Amino acid sequence: MTKSPVWLSERVQWIGALDPDMRSFDIILKTPNGTTYNAYAVRGSDGVAVVDTVKAECADQFFERLEAVARYDEIKVIILNHLEPDHTGALPELMRRAPQAKLYISQSAQLMIKALLNQQDVEFTSVGTGDTISLGDRTLKFLHTPYLHWPDTQCTYLEEECILFSGDVFGCHFCDERLFNDKVGDFRFAFEYYYAHIMRPFREHVINALQLIEPLPINIIAPTHGPILRDKPTSYIQRYRDLSGQGLQSEVNADEKTLLIFYISAYGSTTQMARMIRDGAEQVAGVRASLYDMEGGDSDLFVDLVEDADGILIGSPTINGDAVKPAWDLVSSFAKINVKGKLAGAFGSFGWSGEAVRMLEDRMRGLKMRLPLDGVRIKLIPSLDELEQCRKYGQEAGEHLMGVNAPRVIDMATLLASRKELIN
Amino acid sequence: MPKYNITFADIKTTVAVPRGTRIVEVAEKIGASIPFGCKENDCGDCMVDVLEGAANLSVPSPLEIDLLKQKFAKPNNRLACQAMVLGDVTVKPA
Ligand SMILES: Cc1cc2nc3c(=O)[nH]c(=O)nc-3n(C[C@H](O)[C@H](O)[C@H](O)COP(=O)(O)O)c2cc1C
Ligand SMILES: [Fe+2]
Ligand SMILES: [Fe+2]
Repeated sequence: MTKSPVWLSERVQWIGALDPDMRSFDIILKTPNGTTYNAYAVRGSDGVAVVDTVKAECADQFFERLEAVARYDEIKVIILNHLEPDHTGALPELMRRAPQAKLYISQSAQLMIKALLNQQDVEFTSVGTGDTISLGDRTLKFLHTPYLHWPDTQCTYLEEECILFSGDVFGCHFCDERLFNDKVGDFRFAFEYYYAHIMRPFREHVINALQLIEPLPINIIAPTHGPILRDKPTSYIQRYRDLSGQGLQSEVNADEKTLLIFYISAYGSTTQMARMIRDGAEQVAGVRASLYDMEGGDSDLFVDLVEDADGILIGSPTINGDAVKPAWDLVSSFAKINVKGKLAGAFGSFGWSGEAVRMLEDRMRGLKMRLPLDGVRIKLIPSLDELEQCRKYGQEAGEHLMGVNAPRVIDMATLLASRKELIN
Repeated sequence: MPKYNITFADIKTTVAVPRGTRIVEVAEKIGASIPFGCKENDCGDCMVDVLEGAANLSVPSPLEIDLLKQKFAKPNNRLACQAMVLGDVTVKPA
């Protein structure tokens, strides 16, 4: 493997690293083709900018390519689009070799950089959308694109050449030394997979970022992983638009809210509860409630529904002291999307101990969902009174969803007591 | 221990809490729509608007003041993970 830099344009070179043997990334991603850590050097009449670095283990490749492009004392600027160690591993060494270079990071990265470098006196300049730095005849402009996929992430745009250094955005784990999208093997699945697992949880932030990116004339998108997108670069932006949008149009009106009720039941008791809860919720104007039996579907399908829903209730019986696996699978799948602030609740029938409901509630509270009500737990087969309790629970959940709940006064002591119920 | 009322205006819920309770502890339990992240004065996600009774919250620490500044907070903003209830107060998500 030759370790020479690769030209993107007259003034821009790829100085990244190839990591063909990597097979899993950040624990959650499979990487059958390995990955690349893309870093770039931009030469202006007044000095050189280094955009991002590479993982520590690959630093040798990066420095070898960098040395073929510039002398260390020519480096005026180091831009970090993202502080994750796969792009900042070589940074401490680069700062040692080019001590005069000034560090540019996003505003939100300020809170992280000290913890990353474990050094109190790091000097840096924080930048936001519209800020620019000049390299003489080349200008770098910043776009604040937080949470793609860390709070600190940003993109950097080289104005004179219309090159977008996009960080992890538009990236994918695909290692191919031919480097450009019109030369490498078929990497489409890797692009989609990367979006689904890394960007999708931040859908709103993707949409905000696209608003900044779409108006820019783009010749090349230069992400930090995978192929450099120089052939039809805007089609990749359009793909992010599509992926961050909805599939089929929603038939729910703007003044309505959706409540999805997922349940599973061995003997039918939790099913009866689910139906009554739905009836209760439907009594509230504006609520569109729907029922899904988890036995007949799987979380990969349901998670798409949850992403668009306003509220989610999950019903599970207690089996061997726990909620059942399909319920946990559903809740686990929430990590792929953003559920923060969605209304949530749990319910279920039980025989003697009935742990399932509180366990599901605690887990969803941990995911920062909003649980204004204690869920209903019914011992064995629901009586008429107990079914009425379910209906009322559904109605109250609906009222909270629509923001029309009656004002209420609660004592903290009873809140804590209802939590303790879990233990006995 | 004296109790005070904290009202979450967005969900029309009032909770009587012991003096010194942090806002976030209650908010999470009753499902108020205050977002929260780290709960330790780092992310700033849990910023609230204090609608009434700002003087009934513990005074902000220098660290909270720093973070509020970084987040371009308004004068009536506080972090729910930091502010402790010392009297009746009404809040909503910022
Ligand atoms: C294999 C098995 C294990 C169970 N374990 C528990 C348990 O640990 N705690 C409990 O409260 N109920 C337990 N139950 C009782 C069920 O929760 C109870 O029958 C419930 O009413 C079933 O609701 P369903 O009709 O919605 O399936 C168990 C039932 C079965 C079949
Ligand atoms: Fe990353
Ligand atoms: Fe990365």
